[in-house]
Amino acid sequence: MTTRLNGQAQAALLFLLGATVLHAGLTDLHLRYVKAGLRPLLLLSGAVLIVTAAATVWYEWRRPPHPGEPHREPRVSWLLALPLFALILVAPPALGSYSATHTGTALQKPLGFPGLPARGPLRLGVGEYAARAVYDDGRHLRDRPINITGFVAMSGTGAPYLVRMGLNCCAADAQPVKIALTGEIPPVLRPDTWLEVTGTYTPRRTKDPVNDGPVPYFEVTRATPVPAPSDPYDGAWGG
Amino acid sequence: MAITPPPPRGTSRPRPGPPPAGTDHGTPPGGSREASPDEPRHLTSPLLLTLVLLTAVMFQGPVRGALAAPVMQSWMTVFVAVVVQALPFLVLGVLLSAAIAVFVPPSFFARALPARPALAVPVAGAAGAVLPGCECASVPVAGALVRRGVAPAAALAFLLSAPAINPIVLTATAVAFPGNPEMVLARFVASLLVACLMGWLWQRLGRTDWLRPPARSSHEGRSGGAAFWGSVRHDVTHAGGYLVVGAMAAATLKAVVPAEWLRVAAGHPVLSVLALAVLAVLLSICSEADAFVAASLTQFSLTARLTFLVVGPVIDLKLFALQAGTFGRAFALRFAPATFALAVAVSVLTGAVLL
Repeated sequence: MTTRLNGQAQAALLFLLGATVLHAGLTDLHLRYVKAGLRPLLLLSGAVLIVTAAATVWYEWRRPPHPGEPHREPRVSWLLALPLFALILVAPPALGSYSATHTGTALQKPLGFPGLPARGPLRLGVGEYAARAVYDDGRHLRDRPINITGFVAMSGTGAPYLVRMGLNCCAADAQPVKIALTGEIPPVLRPDTWLEVTGTYTPRRTKDPVNDGPVPYFEVTRATPVPAPSDPYDGAWGG
Repeated sequence: MAITPPPPRGTSRPRPGPPPAGTDHGTPPGGSREASPDEPRHLTSPLLLTLVLLTAVMFQGPVRGALAAPVMQSWMTVFVAVVVQALPFLVLGVLLSAAIAVFVPPSFFARALPARPALAVPVAGAAGAVLPGCECASVPVAGALVRRGVAPAAALAFLLSAPAINPIVLTATAVAFPGNPEMVLARFVASLLVACLMGWLWQRLGRTDWLRPPARSSHEGRSGGAAFWGSVRHDVTHAGGYLVVGAMAAATLKAVVPAEWLRVAAGHPVLSVLALAVLAVLLSICSEADAFVAASLTQFSLTARLTFLVVGPVIDLKLFALQAGTFGRAFALRFAPATFALAVAVSVLTGAVLL
């Protein structure tokens, strides 16, 4: 017989878990792992966990379990401490260049292309630029300055990509959309740096080395490092 | 398949030689349990939990350093993401199952379900369409049903159908496959069919001694509130532990298996179905989420993706661990392979007819 969690320890574990989930839900931390839409459910479940912990302590205080009472608390409960540690101590970052270089681009033909302002500078997401460049022949993109924000990933051969990961549901199914950079790229690029690049459309294409998916090029004229956005994933596609 | 959860890290390490003897200097929170005659002497769990927490906080520097490698970070992110995504649904399902266990009188189910098990199976299977809940929640609910005297065959049909055909999951499937609405119908038909066939199969071939009667909670005889919250606490820590096992498996696969393997598998019609069936088992994604994953596997045929959607909610690593914990290992070892084979066969047939 090794140690099983008794009611008190379970209450402590549930309270910590609930507090951690509430913390993740109240800050931007949850956006690293799940979509913003899960937030109300996260807050609700965090509150329920804390209430459960409080109720456990309250009922055990009112009526302590008498000796000899069968107490079959499963040992597997200890594992709940792992996500707790992971969230409190490590708080792993949102998926970045490592996943991006190991997963093929998930660019898919969209159902349609909503209208864009006819002239002037454009601010586009990585996914939107890639889709318009590949599947719309860059019709509304030619001969105008374009702004795109994403993070840097390097292919095996050292070619720089600008990437944004997209979520369908949570980070477990995140997939990247990639744009290859050309033109005036900063001489030193570190993977996972967030960049806002300004430049123009170019019809040049390449293939993703991982899955042969289409990857459009982007002619960079200026690149500025920017802080990572609060929601690091591209919410514009998927569910 | 190495299903048995690895020993929790906390239990193996800090186990000093001479355990705190008896009641004299045990920790105050566990003090009342120390006197228990059947667990004479060992470290009390609150003390152990405190030790583990302190150790982790003290060594967080080296731990962070060890986890700084990109592959470890990616593993951790996926692991945390699966847990965070599934936890709310698990908590809601556990609330529902505790409410059924505590507040619904046993006679209700006896009256609501037909007396003949052969008829009760399809009724219970169809009832799964009404109660939203993912598979992590349906296992404790089915356990509560068996405890309440429902025929095991009917409870198992509910167990298999509830996560697959409830409105939330079907809506998610429709959203994930905007161009293929027939996918929703195929998923509904195939999953309900698997649930009823497994129920009938259990009724003909199942033996009660395979099924460990779910442990009666130690909260019987308490007031409604105490029993309710006691049940919630027990189920969350229990199912939550197994959820962690499933999340670790999914994260390992995501971080280790190269994407090229999937491309090779997709080219072959038989291999693609089997590959996605196995992938559904290994990834252990919640049924609320799996439609979006299936939609992203664009290299695969619709039938292969239907197999993924039908197999995942009825059997995966996490479910196997949950079933083994709730109904006993003897049950899970027989039930899981049969469910897998039947789910693959039914999805291929349904796919041939509907897709």
